Amino acid sequence: MVISQSLRDNPRLDRWLRFEPDRTVRVATGKVELGQGILTALAQIAAEELDLRVDQIRIMSGDSVEGPGEGYTASSWSVEHSGSAIRAVSAEVRALALARAALRLNAAPEELSVLEGEFLRDGTATGLDYWHVAPDIDLSAEATGAVAPKPVAEHRIVGRDIPRLDLAAKLTGSGFIQDIDMPGMLHARTLRQPGRGATLLLLDKDAIRRAAGDGVLIVRRENFVALAGEDETAVRKAATAAAGAAVWDRPRRLGPEQAGAGWIATQPSHDRHIGDPMPESDGGRVSMRFSRPFLSHGSIAPSCALALWQDGLLSVWSHAQGMHPLRANIAATLRLPVEKVACHHAQGAGCYGHNGADDAALDAALVAMELPGKPIRLCWSREEEFGYEPLSSAMAVEVHASVGTDGRPVGWTTEIWSAAHGQRPGVGGAYLLAADALETPPPERKPFDIPEERGGGATRNAIPLYDIAAKGIDFHLVHDVPVRTSSLRGLGATLNVFAIEGLMDELSARAGEDPLAYRLSLLTDPRARAVLERVGDMARWSERDPGGAGRGTGIALARYKNASAYAAIVAAVEVGEAVRVTDVWCAVDAGLVINPDGVANQVEGNMIQAISWALIEESRFGEDGVASLDWQTYPVIRFRDIPEIRVELVDASAHDPLGVGECAGGPAAAAIGNAVAHALGTRIRDMPMTRERIIEALMRGS
Amino acid sequence: MSKHLTMTVNGHVHEIDTAGTTPLLDVLRNHLGQKGSRYGCGLEQCGACMVLVDGETVYSCSREAGSLQGRSILTVEGLGAPGALHPLQQAFLDEQAGQCGYCLSGMLMAAKALLDRNPSPTRAEIVEALDPNVCRCGSHPRILRAVARAAAVLRSGAGDGH
Repeated sequence: MVISQSLRDNPRLDRWLRFEPDRTVRVATGKVELGQGILTALAQIAAEELDLRVDQIRIMSGDSVEGPGEGYTASSWSVEHSGSAIRAVSAEVRALALARAALRLNAAPEELSVLEGEFLRDGTATGLDYWHVAPDIDLSAEATGAVAPKPVAEHRIVGRDIPRLDLAAKLTGSGFIQDIDMPGMLHARTLRQPGRGATLLLLDKDAIRRAAGDGVLIVRRENFVALAGEDETAVRKAATAAAGAAVWDRPRRLGPEQAGAGWIATQPSHDRHIGDPMPESDGGRVSMRFSRPFLSHGSIAPSCALALWQDGLLSVWSHAQGMHPLRANIAATLRLPVEKVACHHAQGAGCYGHNGADDAALDAALVAMELPGKPIRLCWSREEEFGYEPLSSAMAVEVHASVGTDGRPVGWTTEIWSAAHGQRPGVGGAYLLAADALETPPPERKPFDIPEERGGGATRNAIPLYDIAAKGIDFHLVHDVPVRTSSLRGLGATLNVFAIEGLMDELSARAGEDPLAYRLSLLTDPRARAVLERVGDMARWSERDPGGAGRGTGIALARYKNASAYAAIVAAVEVGEAVRVTDVWCAVDAGLVINPDGVANQVEGNMIQAISWALIEESRFGEDGVASLDWQTYPVIRFRDIPEIRVELVDASAHDPLGVGECAGGPAAAAIGNAVAHALGTRIRDMPMTRERIIEALMRGS
Repeated sequence: MSKHLTMTVNGHVHEIDTAGTTPLLDVLRNHLGQKGSRYGCGLEQCGACMVLVDGETVYSCSREAGSLQGRSILTVEGLGAPGALHPLQQAFLDEQAGQCGYCLSGMLMAAKALLDRNPSPTRAEIVEALDPNVCRCGSHPRILRAVARAAAVLRSGAGDGH
């Protein structure tokens, strides 16, 4: 079998798997739980290959000291990368153990099988189990990839709805990093440097002490300031007081106009053409421009981290998406050898991409370095999370189709204006936030976005899945934007799919054809066709309303990164003063599915988030920075706007498992966009599709 | 300006010395070590911190402890525990109603208040009761199903003792 990147990077078997004295097996992963259910899925994969019960598996996740390094938990790679590594290692260790048992029992390996860790000989118990033979197995050996995993037909745990391993704790008041308490722990809050280059001219410490009492320590290193103390209430008060007690010299201010896609599209850019040149054709050229604003991740929990600097070792607990990268980034920022930093993952709230988690970890580490021996628990405020986390860049996308005489595109170019979507610390010169506040700030980051071979950033899903002879991208990477930008679930795919699928509907109308039939006429990929046809059946597409009169139905399709799961979605909307999504149907092909209910849960959530992006969300700027700083100025979808949702998985178990967590966002936004156009008879091309934009579209359409 | 307060939390009487302005959330998490009620915004906008005070939903992030002398507070820890789940917690598990789970303590308490006053809520009534609570993962449909399921269980009497 193929050795995955994760296994090439961490070839030793004991990096992944260890037999424990309590007759469990510890399975290690570099991927972390973000609420997506990954640890449950990985436990299922290990239990399947080892012939164990799921409760015999203990997952160790995100440990920079003992666990495998697998980069960030991002881009829907976890099942594909970590899952395939754990599958291969588990199969191999089972075979090694079985061989040892065969020797001990003087049996042929073919006579033996494994049931819940015990060896059976021709179906009869032998009294021997994994833990008996474990001392004889050399797990320091490197994986060979020579042992084939189980055939799908023999699966009894993979493919089943195993309940989430972490949910019971979270329903009874525990399970989060925020709950960790350590003896002697101090709470901490930051006084945030208002931007790169800002210098703290004056800090009225007396004012802070008057507000919060003498029990609060004021920790300062250059332009990094934090408040720390035993009493969290007092520390919070001190942080509030500190904001008013600080005078900063600020070289940069923001303007409200910079928050728009229109502003982005007029900035100097690094331009690059990807793929085929655009051909001319007889049927003419059709172009249409779409946009979306800056978006916040909107994690419901402000970022939190713990750190302890003791005996020359810096220990950090964080809910960030990768503990090995975090260790490298903290070590580099603090100029410590990496082996002097240990990062441990502890679960936090959903992040949906690169939010403030990594930055809060450096903040906690900075405070810990100033207060040796004291465990520090640093928590961001709500305002800080909205105001200082990296945002998802506003984008403009103009899709151009060169149309043949049969009304079908023969050429396609997706033209994109965007800031970068891949600015995780350590990538492309990006770094942790508080590094800006230290004695020697890092050099400005470089113009960089995720390369297309790794799924692209702004360019993600910019190449349509359809059979078009020439497909390309014109990418205008805008570098000089006044806020940090980075990955939000789906990255550029959300707007790219919204735009591509919008133009596909326009082209089908131009050709006088049904949107579903038109799409099928341009698709030979049987898996893409299967999800489209399935969702058409689910939503009774052939009986859909004629549209207009404020009701509409729209369809859209994408395969995430053109390489992960396929999702086809139909949305039904009512458009009055606002857009109301009433129904969403989704058909997904995720290849071999590890946990069907887990996939459905992710897809449902991704679609609901996409409704929120499509209709409501927009981060605005003011002179002092990001101005959308709470749930009133950055509203997200609530219960009253949740539609009926139906998700079906197309059986594709003969194919490898595909990442699923981000597959539905783009097509959901696009299906809503198409449904709104169907309802209004004219298209809204800018997200969010607000009341003002409905009125604008109607005025333009009439 | 420390105050001596007596309040009942999850059925146990606690004597607490704290400033009257200390938020209830800090009292619960830091004085009493009950970490199940969560900080989300501190602004009464998300519901992650929601608890019941004498049966009514309250945002513990901003309710001052000084106003709670003699009152009875119920948090997620008092709703049920591992091995002895409340029918609401069991229904959330059965529906796998959650992704990251950070909102769930508040959701459970909002649902508890609803079912206490209305044992047979319609979907619209559940929606109205939970609307103040933000779920960012999009687990809403499952949460709605879980609350309806718990209501049915409680009506059938299987939830006696809670």
